[in-house]
Amino acid sequence: MTEGFHIWICRRMLVYLVCRMAVDAGHRDGGCDWDGRWNHVKKFLERPGPFTHPDFESSTESLQFLLETCKILVIGAGGLGCELLKNLALSGFRLIHVVDMDTIDVSNLNRQFLFRPKDVGRPKAEVAADFINGRVPGCKVVPHFKKIQDFDESFYRQFHIIVCGLDSIIARRWMNGMLISLLSYEDGVLDPSSIIPLIDGGTEGFKGNARVILPGMTACIDCTLELYPPQINFPMCTIASMPRLPEHCIEYARILQWPKEKPFGGMLLDGDNPEHIQWVFDRSQERAAEFNITGVTYRLTQGVVKRIIPAVASTNAVIAAACALEVFKIATSAYIPLNNYLVFNDVDGLYTYTFEAERKENCSACSQVPQDLQFPPSAKLQEVLEYLTENASLQMKSPAITTTLEGKNKTLYLQSVKSIEERTRPNLCKTLKELGLSDGQELAVADVTTPQTVLFKLNFTA
Amino acid sequence: NAIKRISKEKLLATLKLWGDHGQEALENAHVCLINATATGTEILKNLVLPGIGAFTIVDGHTVTGEDVGNNFFLSYESIGKNRAQAATELLQELNSDVSGNFVEESPDKLLDNNPEFFQRFTIVIGVQIPESTCLRLGSVLWSASVPFLICKTYGLIGYMRLVVEEHTVIESHPDNALEDLRLDQPFAEFKNHIESFDLDNMDKKDHSHTPWIIIVAKYLERWLSEHNCQPPKTYKEKEAFRKLIREGIRKNDNGVPEDEENFEEAIKNVNTALNPTKVPSAVEDLFNCEQCKNITSQTSAFWVMLRAVKEFVHNEGSGSLPVRGTIPDMIADSQKFINLQNVYRERALQDATVVSKHVENLLQSVGKTFATGVFLSHDLLLFCKNASFLRVVRCRSLAEEYGVDTVNKDEITSYMDNSDSEMVFYLILRAVERFYQQHSRYPGVYNYQVEDDISKLKLCVNSLLQEYGLNVNIKDDYIHEFCRYGASEPHTVAAFLGGSAAQEAIKIISHQFVPFNNTFIYNAMSQTSATLQL
Repeated sequence: MTEGFHIWICRRMLVYLVCRMAVDAGHRDGGCDWDGRWNHVKKFLERPGPFTHPDFESSTESLQFLLETCKILVIGAGGLGCELLKNLALSGFRLIHVVDMDTIDVSNLNRQFLFRPKDVGRPKAEVAADFINGRVPGCKVVPHFKKIQDFDESFYRQFHIIVCGLDSIIARRWMNGMLISLLSYEDGVLDPSSIIPLIDGGTEGFKGNARVILPGMTACIDCTLELYPPQINFPMCTIASMPRLPEHCIEYARILQWPKEKPFGGMLLDGDNPEHIQWVFDRSQERAAEFNITGVTYRLTQGVVKRIIPAVASTNAVIAAACALEVFKIATSAYIPLNNYLVFNDVDGLYTYTFEAERKENCSACSQVPQDLQFPPSAKLQEVLEYLTENASLQMKSPAITTTLEGKNKTLYLQSVKSIEERTRPNLCKTLKELGLSDGQELAVADVTTPQTVLFKLNFTA
Repeated sequence: NAIKRISKEKLLATLKLWGDHGQEALENAHVCLINATATGTEILKNLVLPGIGAFTIVDGHTVTGEDVGNNFFLSYESIGKNRAQAATELLQELNSDVSGNFVEESPDKLLDNNPEFFQRFTIVIGVQIPESTCLRLGSVLWSASVPFLICKTYGLIGYMRLVVEEHTVIESHPDNALEDLRLDQPFAEFKNHIESFDLDNMDKKDHSHTPWIIIVAKYLERWLSEHNCQPPKTYKEKEAFRKLIREGIRKNDNGVPEDEENFEEAIKNVNTALNPTKVPSAVEDLFNCEQCKNITSQTSAFWVMLRAVKEFVHNEGSGSLPVRGTIPDMIADSQKFINLQNVYRERALQDATVVSKHVENLLQSVGKTFATGVFLSHDLLLFCKNASFLRVVRCRSLAEEYGVDTVNKDEITSYMDNSDSEMVFYLILRAVERFYQQHSRYPGVYNYQVEDDISKLKLCVNSLLQEYGLNVNIKDDYIHEFCRYGASEPHTVAAFLGGSAAQEAIKIISHQFVPFNNTFIYNAMSQTSATLQL
């Protein structure tokens, strides 16, 4: 593993050198630099040292490569994203794109330091890019107020390195899947020049992690899916009939009472509208009083409705710093990158732990091993669906299952389009045999967690 | 009021972590930062965002082009201006609720002319300051009991040192705290409550909606009566106990067990539920501290309350801490859950009331009197609720760390058994300061100096080791690497330290969570770190 890692870094450097030569032949734009500006960075690029990567060669050209050629994509312009943009810009990266589909909320202002009260409601990516470009002369951050799914392979292929600062596992997995889909194999051998490294950061409260992923070479997001705890939602029967916590009462008002009573002329519940929060708060209090539950407050109501996750500037700062440093190491070969996972926690003292997450031999995202599904012919399609969503290493969200029957494409079940869902719903109660599926049948499964359909081979068990 | 609301709304995500009282502590804090380098402004940024009350930057330097290159809170236009002033302007702009101040002077000058200046702060954070200043300031702050956090980014190495004589923590927020359920020694009201359940004669709905705590309590009673009052201890016994509970699951007419999730929860929780109730050894140690034994009129509220809890444990508590009063969420119908929760809550309140009596007696005994009941305050309830998690952090002084007779040689030599341990960076940082004292500059700042400075720095390393009588081996590669760094402060390392140091400052200010003790080294080359006791 580690040897392959080194070879890869070596190959990447060759690609870079070619780029560099192209730049040298072309124009040079150093107009906005002032005396001493890059002194802190240059020490790592222009001086040899005992701990550099074996392929590192000190030169004055590395800085030019960072400034003029190296193209970085930052996914997310939130708590981590703001930090990442700043860190990259002050490390010498100038060609940076940032993608974020969100607009700025008041509750972001205590840590997303590129935003001010006047920016509330504006796209995060645009405000962040403007701020960085204004503060760091010469930096050219290009914002995209879009979803990652709005872009195709040709967009992602233009970047040397991609950094993720996301709070969604689904988006992470999608991005991971996209980079895996860019890999090219010749006779089963991975072409290293098709690899785009993915640096991924995540935080919650005082805990965080940073990791370096070389798609197709080192553990990918899906290889380590078990590390992400499944999201816990309150069971509906608890909310509907036996609340115990103040949160249960708030969820009752939010999920059941709001759609039923249609307050404010049937508007959708808006967490930023104080009147809406007040309505939910009042209903929750009534519900809590009925069951003698204490602790419903306006703030708790707000937190539950807006799904506020505990977050603090300092953890984002730490994780984004580690991620940006890894980008720098890979882009310059100045040091051997993190191999490959860092855990951080500062609840009790300051604790870090690094380890090598291992690839999963049969990872459904990156292994190229056909995925097997073991079911008896008497199993119902519903059971297959449950397996796809509940299995710890798959954790799909709303899988759509299609197959080929008698030479024709057939959708067995698809949730996302209402009319098709209604048409295919009866299939869920049918057995695999009744559906006409046979041993060895290929099932194509599409899901929001991946840009590519995953192929499964159905193996009948006795 | 609308403004107050907005300012609270932007804090929603952090209030979840340290609550209103933690936020209040932050808002009352005045933080002093010495030197607005990249590391310094990154630390302040992470304190200004969550809303400390005020900061004051002390910095006598003039902004250089190099400073602007790695610092987000300085701009090209600020070159030539005073660094404290320039950084204050851009930091202040982050949060209008924070009061930003600056002093255009070096800390040494302030120490010469007005050492009391530093005593007004909640915490002083010193960044990139030379050793001599550090030691001077350290002794002033130590005698004034002002916490001092020293930070340094040196190439790819981050260094932090916390200097605080005593720091008490009521809310340490441990990650995996055991519940305090008293199943092994149920208090009277809990016992009565358990007795009010008759599992055998309940209707099906009640049976499957009885909280698991009651189920475990019921089967434990049975187990004790069949096993000479000995609870299940070994793995085998616990397995047998789980089996006993499983047999209690109702069966349908065909003899197939029903789906009773509350019983499944009971079985799953057997291990933790059977944990014997006892005073954690860390809390026992605190009971035995001098501060707890000798209460005077000067004793702080923390130690008075701790002593009162100790009195409770030795008297009314019969060896146990006050009941915490919280239970986890579990399968149950609303009424059964709320009733059970109230049993614990009420007992917790009763216990805290008893503790408050002890507080009153203690205060009276040292000549302080308060109206009855005044001490059953929010603070005391919080104290009792967190009695198992109380923590006290005591750091050694800089004088002890630097003293030839008091240096922690054992810690250094045992870490240096591994010549690649983070301790090596600490030792070289000390040698770098020695270099600075001798040459009035840091090694390897200019390219042409690197080669020559390697041998000069090596001399400093050797003289340091010799002076302290340390028989350890420091590889030349590390000395070379430090000369390569040339005292650079790369932004990413500064930002890592900026996040870590800010969080430690928040811990000190809020008295929540546990600060490190006492030296933290971050190695950005390998993304590893270590906490050393020096």
